Amino acid sequence: MTSSKLPPLSTEEHAAGNGLVSRRWLLRTGLPAASALGLSSGLVHAKELEVPDWSTSPGLDLTGYGQPSPFESEVVRPKLPLFPEGIGDGSGVSFTPLEKLAGTITPNGLFFERHHSGIPEIDPAKHQFAIHGLVERPLVFTVEALLRYPMVTKTCFIECAGNSLFNSFDEAQQRTAGEIHGLIGNAEWAGVSLAQLLDEAGVSPQGKWLVAEGADAAKMSRSIPIEKAINGDAFIALYQNGERIRPEQGYPMRLVVPGWQGSMNVKWLRRIKVVSAPVYTKDETSKYTLLQKDGKSRQFTYEMGVKSVITSPSPGKELGAKGLYQISGLAWSGAGRITRVEVSADGGVTWADAMIPDQTPARALTRFQLPWQWGGQPAVLMSRATDETGAVQPTREAWYEPYAANQLFHQNAIQAWAVSNNGGISNVYV
Amino acid sequence: MSMSKLGSLLVVAAAAVSLSMPALAQSQGKVVSESDLAKWDISIGPDGVGLPAGSGTSAKGATVWSEQCSACHGENGKGGPAGDLVGGVGSLKSPEHIKTVGSFWPYSTTVFDYVRRAMPYNAPGSLSDDEVYAIVAYLLNRNKIIADDAVMNAESLPKVKMPNADGFISYWPLTKQ
Ligand code: HEC
Repeated sequence: MTSSKLPPLSTEEHAAGNGLVSRRWLLRTGLPAASALGLSSGLVHAKELEVPDWSTSPGLDLTGYGQPSPFESEVVRPKLPLFPEGIGDGSGVSFTPLEKLAGTITPNGLFFERHHSGIPEIDPAKHQFAIHGLVERPLVFTVEALLRYPMVTKTCFIECAGNSLFNSFDEAQQRTAGEIHGLIGNAEWAGVSLAQLLDEAGVSPQGKWLVAEGADAAKMSRSIPIEKAINGDAFIALYQNGERIRPEQGYPMRLVVPGWQGSMNVKWLRRIKVVSAPVYTKDETSKYTLLQKDGKSRQFTYEMGVKSVITSPSPGKELGAKGLYQISGLAWSGAGRITRVEVSADGGVTWADAMIPDQTPARALTRFQLPWQWGGQPAVLMSRATDETGAVQPTREAWYEPYAANQLFHQNAIQAWAVSNNGGISNVYV
Repeated sequence: MSMSKLGSLLVVAAAAVSLSMPALAQSQGKVVSESDLAKWDISIGPDGVGLPAGSGTSAKGATVWSEQCSACHGENGKGGPAGDLVGGVGSLKSPEHIKTVGSFWPYSTTVFDYVRRAMPYNAPGSLSDDEVYAIVAYLLNRNKIIADDAVMNAESLPKVKMPNADGFISYWPLTKQ
């Protein structure tokens, strides 16, 4: 589609500089109703339609568990081991390929991974989950027992506190949107209320914190304020997007603490100990703390900040011919709902409001879009999200200001993608 | 009887049932004793509660270190492929800061907790409590935090003051931000 075929833009329909188009124009043209676009003249003619082979003989047999089309074989999680071979096999990450997905739900097989000691192969019939510590009666549950409770269902994201770490490098790294920002996934989780189980165990008045621990070889453990469970929204998930949680996501059960650091959503959950104070585990002291320039470190920074990223166009999704494109991306906040996403095509000089749903979900991904008329000129695309608390996504410079060099946790800075005049796209710092 | 009357009777009956049953009667869990949970109860906080019996010194720890840890964390806790655990004390304000057990970790108890739960990487849980105390003594000694002959046990370990103990700012509760 080229720009000459579209109705002219009135000045008020230029939403912001460098070709950003307001949603009003979109409504007026009624895309994709071609007639309203006046496209009947000057269109390129398609060839005669042939009948392909797959329409002339029966297809494949039924499948027990459906797989993506073989033509989608490149839609996979890019893997990043964090240690040389033989040193920390199983400690690493794989990224959700954000730029290859649409909508807001992350398919289970593409949901990012972060393991500290590999994926345990847990037999659900042997798995046990204990609640103990400062309680009247320590309890232990089997998976089967937990499945007898009423289910709570919630759609929320889980984001690794180290997400976007590549944008903490001094030089902008040339990686895809998913390879930079893909340590996040969004799913509908179903499971059991943690408050109810704690109530059954009878939390003593001194019980103020929970230590959640996994059954993996790292026995990943984190201290969690009890408020997140009692009168809060923490729960124990057994299902992800309708099916039982995958092994790499914590099968048979994981803790979900919506909006908080990924590593607190302890996978392979085997134990919650009620304690009076945090226990200061390795992953809330040595790691997942934020070193400042003054030598002090921020600790217990649970909530993931307001953030957004343009997934299309983005590196690997280069532009073709000049003309109309849809800028599209994802926005989220650990503090609640997204209330606004703005987009810039001129490196942050001018901004236009992107389209978001009227009702955005709390602590879950929101998809934003905005039409863009690309005339073949260089551009710098950026998105900036605001959440219901009024928090606005910072620039990279502002985000970095308090932190020491190489500090990489809770990176929620604005992403800038440079578009060259041949449509190539690269990661830039502005 | 009208539907609404039947409905309110049922509500009253249900309330009576839930009031008369203790919470435990509804639980699908089984009651377990803390002693039956002992093998799992491995969390050690700064107060040291839960530290096991046993003890170790850095001399003993040096042997365990070279057999069990040095391949991944370096000969003297430095320069290994899995990251430094020794050095960098006092470096946190500098752009070339080095985060290690000695320079960064606020509590000595975390070293015991973590090594016992997760190390050595390929065989966590394989060290005896004496060996873990010895390894912790070794790491604290090489970081110049405790003397060569200091004995680490359930009583002495929580008393060790780490160089960066006051280096953290808590962002919880959220209102502090
Ligand atoms: C096979 C390699 C290997 C061996 C052997 C090994 N480690 Fe580790 N160690 C690792 C890896 C990998 C990590 C990071 C784990 C993660 O991703 O959380 C680690 C992390 C640690 C940490 C936390 C470091 C930090 O700064 O957060 C400590 C402490 C530690 N190891 C101590 C030990 C001790 C003590 C031994 C010997 C008893 C040992 N390790 C043996 C691979 C190893």
